[in-house]
Amino acid sequence: MREQELVQGNEACARGAIYAGCRFFAGYPITPSSEIMEYLARELPKVGGICLQMEDEIASLSAVIGASWGGAKAMTATSGPGFSLMQENIGYAAITETPCVIVDAQRAGPSTGQPTKASQGDVMQARWGTHGDHPIIVLTASWVREVFEMTVHAFNLSERYRVPVILLLDEVLAHLRENVVLPEPGELDVISRRHPERLENFKPFFDETMVTFGEGGRLMVTGMSHDEFGFPAQGKKAAEQLQRILKKIESRAEELAIYRAHYLDDADAVIVSYGITSRAVEESVRVLRAEGLAVGWLDLKTLWPFPEKLIRSCTEHAQYVLVPELNAGQLVREVERAVGGRVLVEHLGRLDGYLITPEEIAARVYDRVECLKGA
Amino acid sequence: MASEPREYLRIERLPHVWCPGCGHGMITHALACAMAELELDPKQTAVIGGIGCSGRTAFLFDMDSMHTTHGRAVVFATGLKLVRPALTIVLALGDGDAIGIGGNHFIHACRRNLDLTAIIYNNAIYGQTGGQVAPTTPPAKKSTTSPYGNLEHPFDIARLAIAAGATYVARTTSFDFADMVKFIKRGIQHKGFSVIEVLTHCPTYYGRLNDLRDPYEMLHTIKEQTVPIEEWDQLSEEERAGKIVIGELHRQVRPEFVESYYRLIAQMQRLQENSVDGH
Repeated sequence: MREQELVQGNEACARGAIYAGCRFFAGYPITPSSEIMEYLARELPKVGGICLQMEDEIASLSAVIGASWGGAKAMTATSGPGFSLMQENIGYAAITETPCVIVDAQRAGPSTGQPTKASQGDVMQARWGTHGDHPIIVLTASWVREVFEMTVHAFNLSERYRVPVILLLDEVLAHLRENVVLPEPGELDVISRRHPERLENFKPFFDETMVTFGEGGRLMVTGMSHDEFGFPAQGKKAAEQLQRILKKIESRAEELAIYRAHYLDDADAVIVSYGITSRAVEESVRVLRAEGLAVGWLDLKTLWPFPEKLIRSCTEHAQYVLVPELNAGQLVREVERAVGGRVLVEHLGRLDGYLITPEEIAARVYDRVECLKGA
Repeated sequence: MASEPREYLRIERLPHVWCPGCGHGMITHALACAMAELELDPKQTAVIGGIGCSGRTAFLFDMDSMHTTHGRAVVFATGLKLVRPALTIVLALGDGDAIGIGGNHFIHACRRNLDLTAIIYNNAIYGQTGGQVAPTTPPAKKSTTSPYGNLEHPFDIARLAIAAGATYVARTTSFDFADMVKFIKRGIQHKGFSVIEVLTHCPTYYGRLNDLRDPYEMLHTIKEQTVPIEEWDQLSEEERAGKIVIGELHRQVRPEFVESYYRLIAQMQRLQENSVDGH
């Protein structure tokens, strides 16, 4: 039996990466994610891996993509300002179907914002930050052990589907230290990219198999719209290829959805939360249930592709849905869209860099449920 | 092993997209010749380009190749080289690509000294986007965004590379075919970050806007401006004015980064084993 240890969120992320097989990291110092690079600079060489501090975040993701095409599982980590700089190459990774993991420890923003305060303000940027239609997977976490698990999961999905995966943390979770028992080797699945059976006649941009540089595959990798061989294509061919890579992720929205559902069977009111805010929701649900309110809770780990059907089925019998998030209203709009006007959906936000409290959530739900009863 | 230049090229991709009279095909030809003379194994060689006319080079070589985002080719190559040290990687960069949008990456690549070879196709203009001013456009020269003459001072790429720490730096012109091949070969053979700046001609934009629309005339004008390094030292300041020094400008032995990193890995892993044994 492994002993409990006191682990910081950023450290759990770095250890999760090594566990998942990450052997290349490139980053640029930025609060509140720097400890990830510091840990990996110390630990990666011990396992034969490489950690590089770059000249900026554009270079960080460029090096990660280069390393991934060299065959390494590769990751970078940053916060809002660096995440903005990475958008260019997130698009490149998406269209070239390059497996890579991008961690964004969110700070209150925009711009330099409040580097040491938490936020969930990058949810839409994670989905739509780079230009053009593109596939992406976005995961999040709420507890330190979950940061470890979601980092491993981010690598697994990225390698399995050849898609960039973004892991959204936040300042509080990144810096939080919790007593945890981290997974033993072999406890979590670790997935690596699939190689085609033969190099002969293989199409490098056709399915989820991948050949890397130095294998004799005569690869052509470009950010231009391309055909299945990697050479520039326009018109119908470009559209077909884009549809293929979009469908690869969007059509799997339900199977990619990681979530925890609590008390949803009899729920009149449903709270949909994710990330750091879920910790407050957990406490508020306990309090509201003790008060006798039929409150359910959907705790999302996969934000994109958005699990639309899941939201619909979980809110089918509810009269009220609350989406607390540390922003001015981002994921709430997706929830509204999924619910389609059948139920009142409300947002509870906060922009001062402090966390939403269990009391705020409980008070809001209590008021609304009472109000709806009266109506 | 291939030993004919054409064996290194994706012949089926020809003709290339460059304008008639452009110098880029000559540089590409020189690169293919250098590869053939070195008898490089195409399976262990890669060409990486950025965005712009020069970036199209990556599509022409029959080996693993990458056409990256604008200015970032050198950093994509950094990640790739670190995890695949056996690969010979050649970068085909434009002047705007390498030291305009990619200037920060370029100087840091010079400083890091990875074993990469960067060929910079310097035509002193942004060609692919239609002839805008570049950080290499000489003073007073016209472009579509310096219609009254360039007011800015240009970068000297070779000097910038030397100052930033590149360990092999040569400059030549697309006129000097034999020198292009020679310097590219030496750059590839050199263990460290090598920069080969090739001054080349863009008759379509630079030429048309600056009264040099004939490709040969423009090529010849570039050649006339240059002075071999062997003669440069004998020139006075006045004689050097308006001239550009060409040749092998810098060669230095300094630890190569990939080797240094793998030495660190070996050292850390030995320490790990020893501590496990001793426990």
